[in-house]
Amino acid sequence: MIPLLEVDDLSVEFRTRDGIVRALDGVSLTVNRGETVGVVGESGSGKSVTALAILGILHPAARVTSGRAVFGGLDLLTAGEHTLREYRGRELSMIFQNPRTALNPIRPVGRQIEDVLRRHANLGGAQVRPRALELLAQVQIADPARAYHSYPFELSGGMCQRVMIALAVACSPALLIADEPTTGLDVTTQAAILELVEALARRSRMAMILITHDLALAGERCDRIVVMHAGHVVETAPTAELFAAPRHPYTARLIASTPRPGAALADLRPIPGSVPDLRGTLPPCRYHQRCERAIAACDEPPLPRLTVGPAHTVACRVPL
Amino acid sequence: MSAALTSTHANASVSAPPTPLVQVHDLSKRFAVRGTRQLLHAVDGVSFAIERGECVGLVGESGCGKSTLVRLLTRLLDPTEGRILFDGSDIGAVPARRFARAPERARIQMVFQDPADSLNPRFTAFDTIAEPLRRLVRVAGAETRRRVEDVADLVGLPRELLGRFPHQLSGGQQQRVGIARAIAVDPTLLVLDEPTSALDVSVQAVILHLLADLRRRLGMTYLFVSHDLNLIRLLSDRVLVMYLGRIVEAGPVDAIFTRPRHPYTRALVSAIPVLDPDGRRARIRLEGEPRSPIDPSPTVCRFHGRCPEGFDRCTREMPQLRPVGPNHVVACHLPDPASA
Repeated sequence: MIPLLEVDDLSVEFRTRDGIVRALDGVSLTVNRGETVGVVGESGSGKSVTALAILGILHPAARVTSGRAVFGGLDLLTAGEHTLREYRGRELSMIFQNPRTALNPIRPVGRQIEDVLRRHANLGGAQVRPRALELLAQVQIADPARAYHSYPFELSGGMCQRVMIALAVACSPALLIADEPTTGLDVTTQAAILELVEALARRSRMAMILITHDLALAGERCDRIVVMHAGHVVETAPTAELFAAPRHPYTARLIASTPRPGAALADLRPIPGSVPDLRGTLPPCRYHQRCERAIAACDEPPLPRLTVGPAHTVACRVPL
Repeated sequence: MSAALTSTHANASVSAPPTPLVQVHDLSKRFAVRGTRQLLHAVDGVSFAIERGECVGLVGESGCGKSTLVRLLTRLLDPTEGRILFDGSDIGAVPARRFARAPERARIQMVFQDPADSLNPRFTAFDTIAEPLRRLVRVAGAETRRRVEDVADLVGLPRELLGRFPHQLSGGQQQRVGIARAIAVDPTLLVLDEPTSALDVSVQAVILHLLADLRRRLGMTYLFVSHDLNLIRLLSDRVLVMYLGRIVEAGPVDAIFTRPRHPYTRALVSAIPVLDPDGRRARIRLEGEPRSPIDPSPTVCRFHGRCPEGFDRCTREMPQLRPVGPNHVVACHLPDPASA
């Protein structure tokens, strides 16, 4: 089967006043049609940069130094801006962490949905408004006609996120990238929002990349999980397998530091050290300094990427 | 300094009468809605107590009034009605602008949600920790340095970082500074407002361990505010569940998690993401939007409309807290599952 999206050996650098930050190094991941893939890791692990690189909306200081991101036969990393514009919204879509800042604050949300429909769905005239109302109803907003005329500040955080989702799925994209879509929302709202996205995805066989720092959340919602640390993909595995038998020491540590029912505070073990500074020369394994299993050979390039099971890879010389 | 702190607390507990540290009676805060004569009922007739040495968790979704309640307790806001007794003295009667000079001011301290936002960017870690010592307990000169270094040791902040500004510290180090600032003046009550929600899980674990350790060593009382029940469970002895300005359930942490009685608490517990696939339970969906907190009807349950189990009595009579188990109260008309 040809994957819907295949990211291969993606490296991204940022030029900053304090030197070059190697934000991503040889990142590879695939997403199949209709599949939900979780990308988890601490802040600074490169989760969002990966998403922005795929969509071609990286900060101007960023430079893609290697790799491909093939989507439906097209390499998104070398495609021109004109082509990308046609893909964004229609084929690829993204929802962001803070819906209130991602929405236009001075335009009624109904109008914002219409803007997307006119630009990407080739709808016009009298077709636009009914479709916008239909989308608001589809994301389970109680009174679509009223919400249509509302400005973002008049809606709750959960409602704004529903509007973001309506914008993102307006043109039935093949792939939706959700970057921390429920961080900052209440647990009850979080569950409702994710159930909504799942239902929409199932209906149109939309694939999804769910970026989150919450391992438990990814565990509940994803078919496969990609674990990132300091710009590397350290492990990729089917969800159940990842939790049952993590192979990378970092994944195991991440699981052990996540609060879970039935576990006491004493069972919660922190990860030693912190994400390394990504400037200057870096060792092949960027987890080396924090790793209790490290051996001398870990300092020798290249970083091994082992296949340890069907759809299970680990970037470690001494896997668990 | 840890020895000094411990001994003060030991003395306090010997001489103090066995009353709760904090007693809140029928506390309300209503805000005027601009341009109208309507009132927003942020906190509405709330009563509870916090025992000495206890850690009480306060949970509820955004807009439920937890932050207003915290600002009333820390006396940054004046209550509209009701009383707040702290160690027997009626601090609710002291106007907020005068409370800064009240003797209780140093005894109630707070750790804020986002350390990056709550630290002065122009203050070094040293100055941040020294500020309450200078202002609230009038420490000066060499004594300041000694106490700042002691408290830095206590929270595990390396002394060589004391000269740094917030932007030169990691998130975990920043939160250590925030905690050091709060405990520097030897508070009795520490209010923790989402102390780890801006941190990564790995750092969160470190900070939670630190907070548990400090409580044990210094004998502080905690009010732990969070929307994350998984965290509340790790630190708290007892949990207060708030919904739209009212406490709807309160009880020992185990009872709240294993036998939640209020439909809202049940929905909250069921919505927690669970890592282990075996530990997952059926999710209770809450339909609809919460009721408006502006001039709410005094005879309708605040949860009515979103409640999956509401019935006609819920629209005629506001449920009051009633006991359902040891130390466990709930404000709901639904009959006990045991007797039903």
